[in-house]
Amino acid sequence: MSYEDWYRQDRLPHIFCAGCGNGTIINCTLAAIEQMDWKKEETVFVSGIGCSSRAPGYILTDSLHTTHGRAIAFATGVKMANPDLHVVVFTGDGDMAAIGGNHFIHACRRNIDLTVICMNNQIYGMTGGQGSPTTPKGCLSSTTPFGCAETPFDLCELATAAGANYVSRWTSYHVKELEKAVKVGLETPGFSFIEALTQCPTAFGRRNKFRQVSDHVEYLRSHSLLKAKRDRMLENHEQIPEDMYIVGEITRRKRPAMGVKP
Amino acid sequence: MTRTEFWQGNTACAEGALAAGCNFFGGYPITPSTEVAEHMAAKLPKKGGVFIQMEDEIAGIASIIGASWTGARAMTATSGPGFSLMMENIGFAAMTETPCVIVNVQRGGPSTGQPTMSAQGDMMQVRFGSHGDYAIIALCPATVQEMYELTVKAFNLAEKYRVPVFLMADETVGHMREKIIIPDKVERVDRKPLVPGALPFKAEADLVPGFPQFGKGHHVHVTGLTHDERGYPCATNPKLHASLVQRLVDKIENARDEMADYDVINPDASRVFIAYGGPVRTVQQVMHDLKDKDIGFLRIRTVWPFPEKALAEFKNAKAFFIPEMNLGQMAREIERHVNVPVVSIPKIGGELHTPADLIAVLEAHP
Repeated sequence: MSYEDWYRQDRLPHIFCAGCGNGTIINCTLAAIEQMDWKKEETVFVSGIGCSSRAPGYILTDSLHTTHGRAIAFATGVKMANPDLHVVVFTGDGDMAAIGGNHFIHACRRNIDLTVICMNNQIYGMTGGQGSPTTPKGCLSSTTPFGCAETPFDLCELATAAGANYVSRWTSYHVKELEKAVKVGLETPGFSFIEALTQCPTAFGRRNKFRQVSDHVEYLRSHSLLKAKRDRMLENHEQIPEDMYIVGEITRRKRPAMGVKP
Repeated sequence: MTRTEFWQGNTACAEGALAAGCNFFGGYPITPSTEVAEHMAAKLPKKGGVFIQMEDEIAGIASIIGASWTGARAMTATSGPGFSLMMENIGFAAMTETPCVIVNVQRGGPSTGQPTMSAQGDMMQVRFGSHGDYAIIALCPATVQEMYELTVKAFNLAEKYRVPVFLMADETVGHMREKIIIPDKVERVDRKPLVPGALPFKAEADLVPGFPQFGKGHHVHVTGLTHDERGYPCATNPKLHASLVQRLVDKIENARDEMADYDVINPDASRVFIAYGGPVRTVQQVMHDLKDKDIGFLRIRTVWPFPEKALAEFKNAKAFFIPEMNLGQMAREIERHVNVPVVSIPKIGGELHTPADLIAVLEAHP
């Protein structure tokens, strides 16, 4: 079986725009699940609202496409009621970090055995490009027409501070690394959080000088700084450029977890 | 062997849930419902169930919906402010046909209002509070015994009709302590499973599709979007939306008579009280004191869908008197079913009507 067998062929064509990075992240996730040898009937995908949250609808397992921001709370019910199920949440920056922020930090605190994959496109794509809690300072969106003035969340630092057992960040450029990170997340008992920065050509790229999809992917590549390198730079008292995304494994630990399969 | 206890209403509710096979409780503390959660926290884990205190009421109801899809008999309990927070996910449960039980021990509102005082101000919210058209079932207990029995019934109705079912208690009944007789066994109805290979949201004559439980290989996609019989989003198809939502409403409204639960006292009377929940007790006292065969009483337990056929049992009724701990919410519903005067007897502030309150209204309408 290949990861392609996990798709619902009868749901095609999908709704994602040309150049969208979400498909890459779904592929990486399914490839990791393939490696885990999980069965479809024991795997459940849960999501909220937004482009990212349409992912479970294209996957041939039981799936719960819920209300805006609440995916992790629904997933908590699924996992606690039946720990034998593998529960994976697809979410986005608006869904998870804005309206769903409270559920996110509490799931990290409980360290409940979920794997949460956040497709962070730094914008509300589905509603047409409004600023989100991860829109970088100065970036244009339909609700930040003069440039975003607010400071964005560092979702990985947030997850770490709140107690998640596994936290990692990659981008839609780093497909091999992302796939490996998802696999580690799936293997880790407790809460695993994988942030995948991704391009949104329709709502973000065209407003922010990424005229080509490849320009944005190249930006994500060139503005990724490996955590290990960042740590070395810090040791050497070097300046870390502000516009860099720290990628790699941010946190891995063994705090007591909830909802782990007995 | 039955046994007799002296319990608080909220305890009876939790015990009723346990007897009904509840094995998942997700909730958030709120006066005056907290004892339900506390009792479940103490008892549920010992019976192999799951109790989880969520971060807010939105998460509370989300967790029970998630649990229900794994086959759990799931419940949450709250009061006004928490109930308001739950509204969006209540609509999700209705749209996705998720069996679940929501207890609302009503307190004075709006807003924070009167946390420790009694009210019935959420009777319209429970029916219409989430956006869009849908239908639900709501039961109103008037005794500690009914806190137990109607909780059991709520689970069975939720399973049978695949719909959120509400136990609309009030602070009076929730915190009152009185005698209760515990049966050694209660009725149990389980959701009908999906026949393998059948479409997950295709209903037969009863309008209730078989339940495709997670983890059983059904590969079901559950979405709050308008969906077709496969469960796939189909949100821009006008006909499909109309037929789906019409079915969700019809499956409950068509069963109105089947699930009607009420008592008729003195059906030949010309003046008739109608009450549900706490005010039932005041009417009972008035009936006891006046001993007048010309005063009737319709005591309602299933408030939604409203059992309108019960009104026709009072053929000589010249007026209906509706004491409620709100500004006349159900009186308005009753008004549209009858051709005689409907006298609303509203009381807000947190206290039950006194018998004298009701007698004064009777005297004003000889």
